[in-house]
Amino acid sequence: MTPLIPAPGRASGRAVLTAHTRFELTLLARRGEAMVLSLVVPIVGMIAVGLTEVIRLPVGDRLSYAVTGAMALAALATAFTSQAIVVGYERFYGVLKRLGASSLSRSGLLISKTAAIGVLVVGQLVAIGLVGVAVGWRPSLWHLLDAVAVTLLAAAAYSGFALMLASVLRPETTTAVATLVYTLLLIGGGVLFPTPALGDGRFLIPVTAHAEALRAMLTAGTFAPGLAWAGLLAWAVAGVAAARITFRWE
Amino acid sequence: MVPALALDEVSIRYGSTLAVDRAGFQVEPGRLLALLGPNGAGKTSLLQVCEGFRRPDAGQVRVLGQDPFADRDALMPRVGIMPQGGGGMHPWAKAGELLRLFASYAARPLDVDDLADQLGLRSFLGTTVRRLSGGEQQRLALALAIVGRPELVFLDEPTAGMDVHARHTTWAVIERLRAGGVAVVLTTHLLDEAERLADEVVIINRGRVIAAGSPAALTSSAGMERLRIDADSALPIRKLRQRLPAGVTVAESPPGSYIVDGELDAEVLAGVMAWFAARSARITSIQSQRRTLEDTFIALTRAGAA
Repeated sequence: MTPLIPAPGRASGRAVLTAHTRFELTLLARRGEAMVLSLVVPIVGMIAVGLTEVIRLPVGDRLSYAVTGAMALAALATAFTSQAIVVGYERFYGVLKRLGASSLSRSGLLISKTAAIGVLVVGQLVAIGLVGVAVGWRPSLWHLLDAVAVTLLAAAAYSGFALMLASVLRPETTTAVATLVYTLLLIGGGVLFPTPALGDGRFLIPVTAHAEALRAMLTAGTFAPGLAWAGLLAWAVAGVAAARITFRWE
Repeated sequence: MVPALALDEVSIRYGSTLAVDRAGFQVEPGRLLALLGPNGAGKTSLLQVCEGFRRPDAGQVRVLGQDPFADRDALMPRVGIMPQGGGGMHPWAKAGELLRLFASYAARPLDVDDLADQLGLRSFLGTTVRRLSGGEQQRLALALAIVGRPELVFLDEPTAGMDVHARHTTWAVIERLRAGGVAVVLTTHLLDEAERLADEVVIINRGRVIAAGSPAALTSSAGMERLRIDADSALPIRKLRQRLPAGVTVAESPPGSYIVDGELDAEVLAGVMAWFAARSARITSIQSQRRTLEDTFIALTRAGAA
């Protein structure tokens, strides 16, 4: 009988984060059908709004408006709605508690979950962009990296609030609230449908700020308005703080 | 030496219910403590506190000399936890993915392939958790608990739902942990398992520690022995009963099997045998039995419930 001699110790923070982010991405990919579904509404909406005249838009370039709007919508669907629902059920089934009974720290889990969702969102935006190009969209690529950065900022904000919701509500309620927020922002967020003019106040709506930033950078080829960055940054800080404060393993 | 686990006067409340009432015990490195008690006795509440998921409402818990709630992040790499029923493993993750994930949390993990071989996980490493049988999930959960080479492990009903082979494999791994100096705390409903593995047994009932000690001490402290005599059925044992000293009982169960319980000294034994001889009973078997941990457990927890 060979004894099993203890040799405790945590791997480096980077190794733990890399391994856990990869694990979360693997699980996200395994629910591939959910990810495709979360792209269906934005892409169908994008084509309907961008290629037909059924809705009156305040801009001339319908397709650019619709593609960037669909991108902002997909980021919301994945990083907020889907994240909140999945994490809510993970808590319900004790998956989070099992991870809590390991060397993975609270912040390690929150960072990994947000990083994985960020990677996924960027991938989805690329997919939407490619569909857009296929139907005639001609983006400006000068600010592509800035567009990725602003998207990660939005994803961090959404993921933070998703983790908070899943921490304070029962999973059924989380699902209902997350879906409601998605629907309200789909209708009123200025992504695919025009909204009443709110002036600079529109930058306080995260999905609107994200869509406008993408429009500036991918369509006009100009740096996004400072207020859009500021609005998203404020949401990201608030979201991450909310997740840190409220997150529970159980 | 700092004990691996030390509880002192620990109380845990849920609202107005006192789930654990001033419990105390200690586990040294390289020792195995079995925590026994009926369902609802407070075992899981105690584990929750030891694992740092909640604070005790009174008293003190020290895990490897630290506060498991306040120092949780620092402690977790040194502690391995196997939840009841292998609970909480992601249903869509594959067994091998989980094992590698938990290994990657650790600085010096066990070799994943070796561990998979020892616990017989090899055949289902590519299978998602939700498709594993109960016993397979249990073995995987044990692997996840120990892959990081902890100093202290908590095993909540580690062999529940396992077949005989898996149980023996698990026992062998637990023995190797103890031999390596790991402190092991396990809960079980299988008293033969506790008797076989434990250096120390703590029995709790209704939130209180009602007995603690080595299995041998617990079984002999009652001073009880048992004689089983197989003979003709339906002998008039009422008459035998009248001749026995106080504290010694006799019962026929099942028919033809006579169980004599109590402090059976030579005089009592001679009296019992003489009684059977006087009836010209045909005796086919005589067995003497020491009291088992199970007998002690039932006697103690029944007394506590009364």
